Amino acid sequence: MDTREPLHQELETALLSLNKVATRRIFKESGLSPIRFAEELFMPVLDRIGAKWERGDCALSQIYVSGRICESLLNELLPTAPAEQSMNPPMAVATLEDSHLLGKRLLSSVLRSSGYHFHDYGQQNLENLVSKVQFDGIRILLVSTLMLSSALRVKELRRRLDKQGLQVKIVVGGAPFRFDQALWREVGADATSPTATGALAIVRRLADEVRHENQ
Amino acid sequence: MKTSNSMERVLTTLSHQEPDRVPFFLLATLHGARELGVGIREYFSRAEQVVAGQLRLRARYRHDCLSGFFFGPLEIEAWGGEVLYYDDGPPNSGEPPLRELEQISSLKPPRIAEARCLHRSLEAIRLLKQQSGGEVPILGVAISPFSLPVMQLGFDRYFDLIHERPELFQRLMAINEEFCVEWANAQLDAGATAICYFDPVASPTILPPELYEATGFQVARRTLARIKGPTATHLASGRCLGIMELLARSGTVAIGVSAQENLAEVKAAAAGRVSLIGNLNGIEMRRWSEAEAREKVREAITRGGAGGGFILADNHGEIPWQVSDELLMTISDAVLTFGQYPLSPGVSE
Ligand code: B12
Repeated sequence: MDTREPLHQELETALLSLNKVATRRIFKESGLSPIRFAEELFMPVLDRIGAKWERGDCALSQIYVSGRICESLLNELLPTAPAEQSMNPPMAVATLEDSHLLGKRLLSSVLRSSGYHFHDYGQQNLENLVSKVQFDGIRILLVSTLMLSSALRVKELRRRLDKQGLQVKIVVGGAPFRFDQALWREVGADATSPTATGALAIVRRLADEVRHENQ
Repeated sequence: MKTSNSMERVLTTLSHQEPDRVPFFLLATLHGARELGVGIREYFSRAEQVVAGQLRLRARYRHDCLSGFFFGPLEIEAWGGEVLYYDDGPPNSGEPPLRELEQISSLKPPRIAEARCLHRSLEAIRLLKQQSGGEVPILGVAISPFSLPVMQLGFDRYFDLIHERPELFQRLMAINEEFCVEWANAQLDAGATAICYFDPVASPTILPPELYEATGFQVARRTLARIKGPTATHLASGRCLGIMELLARSGTVAIGVSAQENLAEVKAAAAGRVSLIGNLNGIEMRRWSEAEAREKVREAITRGGAGGGFILADNHGEIPWQVSDELLMTISDAVLTFGQYPLSPGVSE
């Protein structure tokens, strides 16, 4: 049994009720360093909140606000990113083709709170995205889409990246991938998750794979 | 039982009785362009084309409604926002027209008489009404005052507004309510039978029910009371169970149900108070086999059909462009097969 369970529970309650003051108090009382607090408390709890949402037990607004609370607290506490994660392979996030940026914003806030370094490409069309990936030598690309037609464009993205001989792991997410759980494979992605926090475990695994490939 | 026309069939089910068969709304907004062999942008540029598309689709698939809906972002165009067109999907809204929350203080609702982009949709409703002679329900759509701000402001800033700026939020609701009521009533005047009140932000998928009760629910009560015709609330495939009580008290006649919820559970909760519309998964639909499609239709009818109060449809109110014509036909055939009342024992659970 996880000895941190009561603390996780307390933090989850604070975040779901959008209580920044309580969140700060839990941090102070934990006696943990900011980075350990982020890794051992924020991340698992944000992940639980994500899983709750997927089951229909909490709302997107709570994911959004709790992500913001974590991010702003960490911005305050952590002047620079933790050294260990900043060694991650070149990574980027983007919204493909459509102009709905919330999914990407949630994703960025989770990754940033965990100390990852990445390029935020904003909203991109296919052409630009491919050239940016090539230019920056990106190895892990996280793509968010809201429209089905944009989700299906990932197939073409995969084809173009392969054609250029670029070794890029593609992680996809957004509503179409939640409503059709086979879609990520169909478009040739390497992974997906129904929540933005779910991207963390994936990125960790893919970063290891990339390191192996480099050896 | 004698065969009814679509209007009778729909009205019977909405009064929670069993008609001759399960009514069926094929909300194929985009497929009319394919019928006519024109691009999506071109299709929506003229009311006559949308009318021709709607009539052809209904002649072919035998469903029980016509729709004057073009696309959601048409409303945002009326507010000065931009519409982005795609060859293989519905038009989207571009950059939100309100860059700063403060702009809300001086914002004025566009008047329908001056919003020329909306006139095409009104014209389509008028023509559909002329040509269908009152035997088919004609649906209009109005995005709720509470959900429109996602396009006006962007989702993140709208969440900030709800949580941090209650007064400004109330002001925006008052402005949007004026617009929504005038727009919905203009569609009813043009000949729409009912208005689909598009309100996904109300869904527990998006907001906690307590927050909805204090905000969007109040908006819905005020707005629906001023719309001079029946309304159906659509959560655009967001979940509804957590706010069923509120929806039932909001003044709406029917609700759109998500594929992520069990229709039988939703039906039990709705319990003769509101009818259900749903809940085929439109996104998955594009790769269903014929057998799968038939099974999904059968399952939905089994779970939702008994006692009326049920209209079979997709779960979002718009079938994606990528769904093939053959698949639509399979769905249509399956409704005619499994949807005859009284439902056969194999069909009702
Ligand atoms: C609220 C809503 C609306 C609102 C606001 C929409 C908006 N954002 O602008 C209104 C009423 C305006 C609306 C209108 C329309 N909508 Co709408 N809408 C929704 C709804 C309910 C939620 C959308 C949303 O913004 N969610 C917030 C985002 C952040 O959620 P998300 O993408 O799922 O992201 C989560 C995860 O997927 C994950 N994630 C996201 N990205 C990534 C990336 C990675 C790498 C990972 C790992 C995870 C991840 O993290 C998030 C949570 O932690 C969905 C259905 C649903 N149940 O989700 C339909 C939906 C998005 N709408 C849809 C459509 C089609 C439209 C319209 C085009 C309809 C029309 N013809 O007019 C318009 C276009 C609006 C526009 N802005 O241009 C479709 C899109 C799919 C399709 N069929 O092509 C959906 C999916 C409905 C459906 N089931 O078909 N809509």
